[in-house]
Amino acid sequence: MKEWNRLGQNRAARMDRAAGLARGKLVAPGDIGALLTRVIEPGDRVCIEGNNQKQADFLAKALAALDPADVHGLHIVQSVLALPSHLDVFEKGVASKLDFSFSGPQAARLARLLSSGQLKIGAIHTYLELFGRYFTDLTPRVSLVCAAAADRNGNLYTGGNTEDTPVIVEATAFRRGIVIAQVNEIVDAVPRVDIPGDWVDFVVQSPKPHYIEPLFTRDPAQISEIQVLMAMMAIKGIYAEYGVRRLNHGIGFDTAAIELLLPTYAESLGLRGKIATHWALNPHPALIPAIEAGFVESVHSFGSELGMEDYIRARPDVFFTGPDGSMRSNRALSQTAGLYACDMFIGSTLQIDLQGNSSTATLGRIAGFGGAPNMGSDARGRRHGTEPWLRAGREAGQDGFRGRKLVVQMVETFREHMAPAFVDRLDAWELADQAGLDLPPVMIYGDDVTHILTEEGIANLLLCRTPEEREQAIRGVAGYTPVGLARDKRAVENLRDRGVIRRPADIGIDPKLATRDLLAAKSMKDLVRASGGLYDPPAKFRSW
Amino acid sequence: MERLEYEFDGGAPVAPRNRPTLTGVLGSGNLEVLVEPADLGGRVRVEVQTAAVGFGAIWQAVLADVFARWQVGDIRVSINDAGATPAVVALRLDQALSDHTGGGA
Repeated sequence: MKEWNRLGQNRAARMDRAAGLARGKLVAPGDIGALLTRVIEPGDRVCIEGNNQKQADFLAKALAALDPADVHGLHIVQSVLALPSHLDVFEKGVASKLDFSFSGPQAARLARLLSSGQLKIGAIHTYLELFGRYFTDLTPRVSLVCAAAADRNGNLYTGGNTEDTPVIVEATAFRRGIVIAQVNEIVDAVPRVDIPGDWVDFVVQSPKPHYIEPLFTRDPAQISEIQVLMAMMAIKGIYAEYGVRRLNHGIGFDTAAIELLLPTYAESLGLRGKIATHWALNPHPALIPAIEAGFVESVHSFGSELGMEDYIRARPDVFFTGPDGSMRSNRALSQTAGLYACDMFIGSTLQIDLQGNSSTATLGRIAGFGGAPNMGSDARGRRHGTEPWLRAGREAGQDGFRGRKLVVQMVETFREHMAPAFVDRLDAWELADQAGLDLPPVMIYGDDVTHILTEEGIANLLLCRTPEEREQAIRGVAGYTPVGLARDKRAVENLRDRGVIRRPADIGIDPKLATRDLLAAKSMKDLVRASGGLYDPPAKFRSW
Repeated sequence: MERLEYEFDGGAPVAPRNRPTLTGVLGSGNLEVLVEPADLGGRVRVEVQTAAVGFGAIWQAVLADVFARWQVGDIRVSINDAGATPAVVALRLDQALSDHTGGGA
């Protein structure tokens, strides 16, 4: 007789072992180690909620503190590795295998642990890809999640930073796994129910509120004139040209400069209401002046941003907020919006090769890429037409019933310390060899990139008809890097005549007018002022 | 620190009555540019003091492009550089030459 409920029986055994540790669903912080030891079995797939912003830091530390004699060989399936404890589990021998998406702050240590053999990497995923695998072959057996508050029945309020919680809990709870939540406070009634209590097995109040990283805040004081120039080129040469209304911005100063030029430069070009109206975007503080100027109709967010809570609450027509007034973010759904419902992704990178492949991986650092490959790729399953998408398809010479997403890589030809952004060969290849990865960790594939924007010009790769043209178009905006200096000057001038390469002068921009005076906010204090005092920057961004 | 010197065939001599002009600030990643009239037989002389060592060929390429754009002569350009990228160097030189000559390229 075949047994059809082994997962349920195994779950029941785990819950039996944990009996007596909880009052209802509530577990005392001091008992967390005992709880984890009893419900986790060696070799389990475990998901620690690691978002861009809110972190299940108390649970992650508790997991790393377990005795590897009891708990070992865990397979961690976790989107973001942000905290030291996320790697301590491997160093301690509690876990041995990792499938993930992004590890920015821990990238160097991750590379060291890998080379010393203390962990094996399954794959580096995009967010949607990893979430998809939670529902196929990487379903977590135990998940350690994070919420702002819980009631005694386990109903969770995740606050503005809902992020990954719904995806993780759904995958785990509906396959008879165990869900443990750390919360900042236990309340009689949560402001709204983000996760129903019957999907949550245990709740522990963290001794300290969970850590939140203000990942998307950029101080306007640090934006350079070159970034202003590139932002002008983006707005006039791409946003206005294609009439891009639905978009996602990557993280960084290049795109912050664009956000801060909307109410000034874009307004002067008469573009309000014609570009940048609908966004898949974290609530960037740099977007405040554009929102106040009436540029922005809606923003759906992957996660929130520290200090933006009151501003968001006061702008419910713009942000997605609950009946309680606070924002509801959702990484999986915002990534879906970025992939299928945006006409453009524009973001920075660290290296671009002669095929237009773009990567943030550099030697000795395994950083992953989070969501950029989803946003920065053509969605071949897309079936609705918009003018920018159709025009991009026409420019690419496609057969008339298919458009293209605009995927723009925006990069100064030299990074700090004169590191060239254009290279013959991406570090990603060597990294893949060293780390034994199946694939080089390329963030955006060259055949998805439609435009490369540097201070020297815009290369429209859609208009290139041969690999040789494409290479010269890339060299033609690569400035004084070795790749740029090796250009065929005649070929590049020919591409310029055809509008494949456009210099600032070709789009009617005088670089001498690119000054910081164009920024709608020049400092953090200006952003606070623009928000009417509603934006409350984290301490590290306050200089007054 | 590295000291570099370049000379370029100039274009139209800049009127010697032009006063020396100083453009830019010496902050990290930035540079200051002093432009002054000089009797150089119509040529342009550039002296660079830079914190970043080993980029002489890139300076040569950037400056050659700038003075191909700006057909000026009989000027001495002194650059004090704190690790500016070529993009910043070109932008600052355009501003400096515009300040000095009172016109565009």
